[in-house]
Amino acid sequence: MSGVQAPERPVETARTAPRTVGLWPTVGALLRKELLVELRTLESVPAMSLFALSTFVVFHFALDRNSVEGDLGAGILWVTLLFAAILGVNRLFVADADQGGFDAFLLAPVDRSAMLLAKVLTLLAYLVVLEIVAVPAFALLLLGPPLGPALPGLLATLALGDLGVAVIGTLIAAMAVRTRSRDLLGPLLALPLLVPIVIGGARATEPLLVSAHRSAPAARWLLTLGLYDLVFGLIAFALFDFLLED
Amino acid sequence: MAAALELEGLARHYGEREALKEVSLSLERGQTLVVFGPNGAGKTTLLRVLATLLRPHAGSVRVLGSALPDESWQVRGRVGLLGHEPLLYRELTARENLRFHARLYGLGEQRVQEVLESVAMSARAREPLRTLSRGMVQRVAVARAVLHDPELLLLDEPHSNLDPAAIELVAPLIGAASGRTRVICSHDPSGDLSQADLVLGLRAGRPALLRAAVDVDPAEISELYR
Repeated sequence: MSGVQAPERPVETARTAPRTVGLWPTVGALLRKELLVELRTLESVPAMSLFALSTFVVFHFALDRNSVEGDLGAGILWVTLLFAAILGVNRLFVADADQGGFDAFLLAPVDRSAMLLAKVLTLLAYLVVLEIVAVPAFALLLLGPPLGPALPGLLATLALGDLGVAVIGTLIAAMAVRTRSRDLLGPLLALPLLVPIVIGGARATEPLLVSAHRSAPAARWLLTLGLYDLVFGLIAFALFDFLLED
Repeated sequence: MAAALELEGLARHYGEREALKEVSLSLERGQTLVVFGPNGAGKTTLLRVLATLLRPHAGSVRVLGSALPDESWQVRGRVGLLGHEPLLYRELTARENLRFHARLYGLGEQRVQEVLESVAMSARAREPLRTLSRGMVQRVAVARAVLHDPELLLLDEPHSNLDPAAIELVAPLIGAASGRTRVICSHDPSGDLSQADLVLGLRAGRPALLRAAVDVDPAEISELYR
């Protein structure tokens, strides 16, 4: 049965060699597709934003306080953003897994790291939109001290936190999406890895959200967040290709 | 020039279950291999191994002269896969889907327009895929599979959901006239045997029939399904 060959039929067409596409054009194509799909379905960002708003309302009544500040305020803000982000993480690869996007991507002559970068940027974009909605709502519903003076420091802290959430979220989502219990597995794997970001973010934010003696975010916590982002960025680059492979 | 496909003792399993075992064959460029076999016989697994989406677990596999899985990167971009799933996003339009795939292959808008016209989908190219009939989606999937002018076409029941007019429409793209090397998975001996140069019959992942198409009796193919 081995090595059986069909009779010769001299049909041959000269085809051009496949082009390879650079990393950034591929990232651009993937990112554009991601944002287009989200704009059409509105599956992630509205859910994340509504979750955050609802949570602030619940805290407002549950704490029975008109305003919070300092460590309590920072904790509420970061925990809410974390759980809202998990909603986006869970949906990040669903369209690709369910509609064959993974296979289509793997068939193309492109660098697989492009998908990691595109998904990280997508999740970052979701988080930015979430925070544009959630941070003013937090200030309105819960925060005692005015938000304005805290804003520059808060934006820097949020940017570092978002990067970590986006990298870790993408890595975990890629691991979980091909499993049967992806909706459960994603958060279970992601939360322990994201806790240091919440701790770092909340500690860095705490001095920004006080009425008296307001100060800049503690440099060591910003540095901690930055190092955490860097370490997981390197881990994600090392592992991501293997997660896409059979 | 190396053969399009050279398989020797190919095996692939999913956990304990053997999906493919001892598959050996050689197919010259420009020829067509038609694979018959009942559901679960390993046809789709074979296509996915050849497409570099699954790793072979034993044996040697050379596709377009490159050994898998080590040289998979040399094969990608030279293979067109048309499977059960269209590999298209339901929320995007036909044009948006093809434009996305074209970017992954470094192709421009002109090629997208060409393939849309070749499957007669230009007029409906601005509608989300979820609003199109299954036959129309299959036509877009054909356009997606040939967008980058692949040397090797891997076709899993390519005519499913297509009406006779649509089958005729896509024939220049995925039929014998395309001049491409083809591997077709089929359940239709009356239709697809005539296209074959080589026939492989699979039963429970093992080759039960492997012969030049001219020497195959349709009754032997029917026997595979009993």
